[in-house]
Amino acid sequence: MIPAAFDYHAPESLSDALALLDQHGEDAKVLAGGMSLLPMLKIRLAQVGHLVDIGRIPGLEYAKEEGGFLKIGAATKEAALERSDLIRSKYPILLDTAAVIADPLVRNRATVGGNLAHGDPANDHPATMLALGASVVVRGPKGERAIPVDQFFRGLFTTALASNEILTEIRIPVPPARSGGAYLKLERKVGDFATAGAAAQVTLGAGGAIEKAGIGLTNAGPTPIKAVEAEKFLAGKRPDDQTLQEAGRLAARAASPSPDRRGAADYKREMARVLTVRALKAAIRRAGGPS
Amino acid sequence: MAPKTTAEVGGMGHAIKRKEDPRFIRGQGRYVDDITLPGMLYLDIVRSPYAHAKIKAIRTEQALKVPGVLAVITGETLAQYNLHWMPTLMSDTQMVLPTEKVMYQAQEVAGVIATSRYAAADGVDAVEVDYEPLPVVVDPFKALEPGAPVLRTDKKDKKDNRIFHWEVGDRAGTDRAFTEADVKVTQHIYLPRIHVASIETCGCVADFDRVRGKLTVYMTTQAPHAIRTVVALVAGHVGLSEEKIRIVSPDIGGGFGGKVPVYPGYVIAIAASVVTGHPVKWIEDRMENLQADSFARDYHIRAELAAKKDGTMTALRIKTVADHGYADAAANPSKFPAGLFSICTGSYGFKNAFAEVDGVYTNKPPGGIAYRCSFRVTEAVHTIERMADVLAQELKLDPADLRLKNFIPPEKFPYRSALGWEYDSGNYAGALKKAMEKIGYAQLRKEQAEKRKRGELMGIGISSFTEIVGAGPSKQFDILGIKMFDSCEIRVHPTGKATARFGTKSQGQGHETTYAQIVAEELGIPAAHVEVEEGDTDTAPYGLGTYASRSTPTAGAAGAMAARKIREKAKKIAAHLLEVGEEDLVWELGKFSVTGAPQKSKTIQEIAFAAYTNHPQGMEAGLEAVSYYDPPNLTFPFGSYICVVDIDRGTGEVKIRRFVAVDDCGNIINPMIVDGQIHGGLTMGMAPALLEEISYDENGNIQGGSFMDYLLPTAVETPKWETDKTVTPSPHHPLGAKGVGESATVGAPPAIVNAVVDALAHLGVRHIDIPITPEKVWRILKEKGVAE
Repeated sequence: MIPAAFDYHAPESLSDALALLDQHGEDAKVLAGGMSLLPMLKIRLAQVGHLVDIGRIPGLEYAKEEGGFLKIGAATKEAALERSDLIRSKYPILLDTAAVIADPLVRNRATVGGNLAHGDPANDHPATMLALGASVVVRGPKGERAIPVDQFFRGLFTTALASNEILTEIRIPVPPARSGGAYLKLERKVGDFATAGAAAQVTLGAGGAIEKAGIGLTNAGPTPIKAVEAEKFLAGKRPDDQTLQEAGRLAARAASPSPDRRGAADYKREMARVLTVRALKAAIRRAGGPS
Repeated sequence: MAPKTTAEVGGMGHAIKRKEDPRFIRGQGRYVDDITLPGMLYLDIVRSPYAHAKIKAIRTEQALKVPGVLAVITGETLAQYNLHWMPTLMSDTQMVLPTEKVMYQAQEVAGVIATSRYAAADGVDAVEVDYEPLPVVVDPFKALEPGAPVLRTDKKDKKDNRIFHWEVGDRAGTDRAFTEADVKVTQHIYLPRIHVASIETCGCVADFDRVRGKLTVYMTTQAPHAIRTVVALVAGHVGLSEEKIRIVSPDIGGGFGGKVPVYPGYVIAIAASVVTGHPVKWIEDRMENLQADSFARDYHIRAELAAKKDGTMTALRIKTVADHGYADAAANPSKFPAGLFSICTGSYGFKNAFAEVDGVYTNKPPGGIAYRCSFRVTEAVHTIERMADVLAQELKLDPADLRLKNFIPPEKFPYRSALGWEYDSGNYAGALKKAMEKIGYAQLRKEQAEKRKRGELMGIGISSFTEIVGAGPSKQFDILGIKMFDSCEIRVHPTGKATARFGTKSQGQGHETTYAQIVAEELGIPAAHVEVEEGDTDTAPYGLGTYASRSTPTAGAAGAMAARKIREKAKKIAAHLLEVGEEDLVWELGKFSVTGAPQKSKTIQEIAFAAYTNHPQGMEAGLEAVSYYDPPNLTFPFGSYICVVDIDRGTGEVKIRRFVAVDDCGNIINPMIVDGQIHGGLTMGMAPALLEEISYDENGNIQGGSFMDYLLPTAVETPKWETDKTVTPSPHHPLGAKGVGESATVGAPPAIVNAVVDALAHLGVRHIDIPITPEKVWRILKEKGVAE
């Protein structure tokens, strides 16, 4: 488990990092927490000429509310998210998510930005960010641009990031009153990728009906999946059991999981359904709705 | 039972803290990979991507161009010294490096020697091997079919893939009992391949001193002395002589049987050191460890149980196909190819039993028994404890009642089993009743009935196992003809402190503590003043090593016997010092005193000093003794475990709500260490029941060859274990002790399976093969129409 040789760069500013990426093009790879990239290098599943470590660049680790958004610095560690008072009190769905990523040792190093930028549908944050309607901010030679998360994931390990761009921030619209969210993950053991995972974010109207719902699925296809049909179906409906079950069925229909050691495709699809229903119930409870 | 010694002396029964822990907790342990010698080179290994393929060419030019790479060793290199094949303990042979074909995925193909680990890894990447794939045989039943490709083409007369056919018991009598039985139940049970996955992988530093002609190997081995003899026998023809071989097992990070075999990596490292004159280090990575090292189980079992209508068990009949991989390389020192599988009659008084096992070659790594269990006992216990529940279900009897009805009663011990073992002691009903009381069995059954009405799934499972450990009596065991005694040498120093050396080797069992307690118990020298040493063949007396829960039954007994020899000499010295006859002396905790005049006494410390300063004329100086203990019988620990599970109807997940373990390992040396052994063993028993499995696809590609898919439980998956004990001493062991290291690994899986099946029994479920994954359970729930 020794990687092939590579050059290691540790720039101390974003502009230096961007210059290195621009210089080395496809032969360079951004190293954040390294919790996915390093194992791939060590078992020689991937080889790169240059690693650009963004860990020494100041100003990329934060979680704060500003201008109607929750802004999370891309290099924020999962462990920091777990400890953040803001996240713990106002964004339990993010706490749910961070707390089931790998194990505590990994979470001490793994970053929120890396979890998204790796483009792995088995990662947990993508589903949550899809449910929350987040955007990612990226910087490149031509400056900054924001990409809605539902346009970010292009394929297995492929995102809208260009090889000379760096993801710098995640922006989540601050949810209105009577909102709640939850993330549920079925895993074979702690530290495993999800057999299935479902994130649900709901906002309830004054009358108790669902005003808006966001649903994201983990490891249910080649990219993280936004269960659009289920989201549309729920809008304006009262959250009774029948409705939630139907939403679960619609969400599962959006899933196209591949069979692997975690289970056959039909099992995984069913688990997407079961977890979606359970996540919706938890989200509604947290939004102050009937439990 | 209260300890006989004071807390200060710390003899048997005291829960003293482990003497080895300060160095482990502080990161001051010294493992093989911590050893660095001047001029040391590194070995890394090229492995086969194919499960069965002809090797057409191995091209090393590119590898030799990698800076730092010094040599590439192939089968052809070793063949020059006739070291490309080696014998196994089971009278079979296995390759060190292939010259013609590879037989399993991840098999060693070549060794790269380099000046750093990094260069060696780059060299491995640069070795080019041309393979011609051959038909792969992964299914042992297909391997036995006529016309199946014969795998061991190296054996000239071999016309099929059968390794052995072995049977035990009275076939005719058993058949007759089945004919006459009121009730018969049959069940197929598959126990998959699993791997011990010890925290430290295997490795060695081989150091051949060309000037002295001496080979020192620092090695992850559970049996250093046996390894020394094996090396002398295998490599004698190239000049390695046993007195010039030193095997050192430093601190070992878990063995569980996986560090008994001789792996090709060790041999390549030794050969490389002899050839280069440099020390050579080889350390496996995790994936190599999982993919190529010795495994356990892979038993396809068909079991039948006959009984009377009232539930009295009358006969047991078992037919098994054992998948051994491409060689029979099980580290099984018993004289039986299926090890101690014949303990399958378990805790029950069968009059008739018969078992047969066919060993089969397939394109998988060799091995067979390494998983914290003494040679197929887990397979045996799983079978009988599952069958007890299958029978109870068939007869609509409570599984606890069925067991209580059929247990061998305490007054029948020593008990001769239908398959030939002499059980030393037991009180099975005592253990089960204690477990039932502790867990509240009757109340749980009520709760289950109520939950079933509400559609909730809850199950209760029992396992009342009998273990067989302490290999072993020379009539049943040997390694290359060497009897399976174990040894202890005690030296009491002038100041009354002692050094005790043993032929075993702790890999986490806590020998430095428990052996010191045995010496303390027998001599009254505080355990804190007894330094225990193991693992260096230059200093320790010859022994067969630590596995199969044998250390306490054999070396522990040797410790007591050596201490008693010392006491005999000490008595003579005390008589001399006190100027009385030996017959006037009585021994009490740490001193001899004069009968009727207890104020006249000499402590062991005073006697020790006198042994060097004032011993009787005609007596040799010193106070030391050595004992080689060949046990008269095995020991038979037992216990009853009860597990309660809840099943999630949506996901199929099984949650262990409670698990009560009542163990009986005879007299206890250190209750805290026993508890630790049970806790670890239960976790390692739960693991294959719910999580662990190594399987192969039809091309022989390993599934579960990394920790991504080989699911080792962590603290998160582990329930709270509730332990308790009964004490039924072994009548033949000098301390009344039995082994305990493997009881829980053996006993736990069927308790868990029985609980899950019990939760689903009302739906018509009778058996589930392990590992019981959420998906397996969910498929049953779906089929039965009760999935959420």
